[in-house]
Amino acid sequence: MQPDGRSREWMCSGHVGCAGCGAAVAMRFFLKAMGEKTILVVPACCWSVIAGPYPQSALKVPVIHAAFETGGATASGVRAALDMRGDTETTVVTWAGDGGTFDIGFQALSGAVERNENFIYVCYDNEAYMNTGIQRSSSTPYGAWTTTTPGRDWKKMRKKNIVEALVAHRIPYAATASIAYPEDLIRKAEKARSMKGSRFLHIFASCPTGWRIPSEMSVKIARMAVQTNIFPLYEVEDGVRYTINYRPKEYLVREYFRLQGRFRHLKEEDLDQIQGMVDEDWRLLLRKAGGGA
Amino acid sequence: MMRVLEGSHAVAEAVRLARVQVVSAYPITPQTHIVEILSDYCAAGGMDARFLRVESEHSCLAALIGAQSAGARTFTATSSQGLALMHELLHWSAGARLPIVMAEVNRALGPGWNIWSDQTDSLAQRDTGWIQLYCEDGQEVLDTTLQAFRLAERVNLPVMVVLDAFYLSHTHEPVDVPGQEAVDRFLPPYSPKFRLDTKEPFALSPLVPPSAYMEMRRDIARAMEEARACFRDVEAEFDAVFGRRYGPVEAVRCEDAEIILVASGTVTSTARLLLEELRSKGEKAGLLKIRMFRPFPAEDVRRALWRAKKAAVIDRNVSFGAGGIFAQEIRAALCNMPDRPQVFGFIAGLGGRDVTTAVLEDIYLQTKNGDVPPGESVWVGLQEVSHATGRA
Repeated sequence: MQPDGRSREWMCSGHVGCAGCGAAVAMRFFLKAMGEKTILVVPACCWSVIAGPYPQSALKVPVIHAAFETGGATASGVRAALDMRGDTETTVVTWAGDGGTFDIGFQALSGAVERNENFIYVCYDNEAYMNTGIQRSSSTPYGAWTTTTPGRDWKKMRKKNIVEALVAHRIPYAATASIAYPEDLIRKAEKARSMKGSRFLHIFASCPTGWRIPSEMSVKIARMAVQTNIFPLYEVEDGVRYTINYRPKEYLVREYFRLQGRFRHLKEEDLDQIQGMVDEDWRLLLRKAGGGA
Repeated sequence: MMRVLEGSHAVAEAVRLARVQVVSAYPITPQTHIVEILSDYCAAGGMDARFLRVESEHSCLAALIGAQSAGARTFTATSSQGLALMHELLHWSAGARLPIVMAEVNRALGPGWNIWSDQTDSLAQRDTGWIQLYCEDGQEVLDTTLQAFRLAERVNLPVMVVLDAFYLSHTHEPVDVPGQEAVDRFLPPYSPKFRLDTKEPFALSPLVPPSAYMEMRRDIARAMEEARACFRDVEAEFDAVFGRRYGPVEAVRCEDAEIILVASGTVTSTARLLLEELRSKGEKAGLLKIRMFRPFPAEDVRRALWRAKKAAVIDRNVSFGAGGIFAQEIRAALCNMPDRPQVFGFIAGLGGRDVTTAVLEDIYLQTKNGDVPPGESVWVGLQEVSHATGRA
């Protein structure tokens, strides 16, 4: 613990996130672990807006806003220039949403981590294109309503398992984190900062606007995602050494789903099916971690 | 030192001498020779630079946007499909006011696949905010690349150095490669006007509301205007060190010419041959070479063409529905002159088809014998092929 460092704020009040925005909470905790020697690369995402319009910035670290699909590539260039200028102290961080990570930015991300570029890539995941008005992404979970998966066409594909895709690149560090577990989030960010090479953090960041939940439920919903095993907290070193950070069995999936308007249309049998999918994913993770529950 | 170099290698030598700090590129023919040499230099210590071997041209330019924003001098090279893939970030790099330098080897766009010379790839990027300079030979390629860094960093706009596929990129010619000391006198170390700095945190390229966006665009337009005057200064400084200058345009025997051929790139060299031949026959012919395309040197074009009766513009490019692109620009530059020459547009040499002196002579004669220019450009050197059967 570093109480001094963690009491400092690197994000100002006056950002323009929605009430209860998980992405704003995620940034605040993450920067506490990073400190001033940080440069953020922000491809198009909610944070392109949350940070505030010109000439303001809600962040006390330098930010370069970047084109949607360039998170991995822009950071590679920033890192190369800092190295050429002899600055090895500053950490380069890409801060991207799920659309910019799972979908349009996936190629640049895969390219950057295959080269083992020396940077941290953070995906704050609100499970759809929220900035443009709640359209489905490949991070949108099975069963969800979005404006492009309306009515009977609710999403019938699984959420892409982005961490496993990154793990397959054998990067030094990949981990999940949640805004509902700030100690765990900050510890992982500090750990990532202390390492070299490509590091990936997948942060679950609830979105009251898009998930159709009251803003005061934002953290509770994020906590339930962990406690239902829908979003397990774990970390993987060098693509092989798995550690599960939290082993819950406190809630059933249906309790998480029933609190959110985006899942309102689901029937009991749909929820049973989803419970089966979540259980299956959890068993798979346990097997990779080499231990029982 | 005089060396026999490919056009591609002339670019690479200039990039080495310019002390570029971050190079990024993705393979595409016929640009690859440039970055192969640069890779060797980076690996063997001939250049103190990082080479980013990215997974696409899009990521290539994104990486350079990051690197230049963090304070490094950067370079890339591409062609055709690669340039088209970069399109979004061409706008971005100019909008972010980053003095990135690129060598663009003019190659035809598909389909069908065609790796040969054609200017449509670079000219299609004319509205992105990049300065564009077109080269005629190997020496000009080396010199223009060095000038590009100086110009880009003065006006904070990116510069594209354009050379024809194969006719220039793969042709060996004697090239005077200057020493490092002379280049250092011309091109000082990169001193960015702004860069990402943790000591002075700010946001680059943020959300910009309607109340500020237009002023920012106007600043870019002003910088492009400034580039005209600045280019003359850069050329004068270059001349002072190396004893060579080219100008935004070059007018050859235009003073008394009645018909002036207008060309760019390597076609210019062929046109020089024809010009000598025509003059020896007593024809009052002239030649105008366009080297700078953005900003368009409208004043220089008017000064070269105003006395002539006719201009014959040779376009190795096409804008479907509007004809040759150089012809459009030249018509626009002349349209408000009271006694302007008639502009005859010709499309020739697409996809690497040879533009010989015979083709240029045909263009000259069509212009001489024509009363009124046709509305759009005339296609020359076509074979009579039935598209249904593919048989000639």
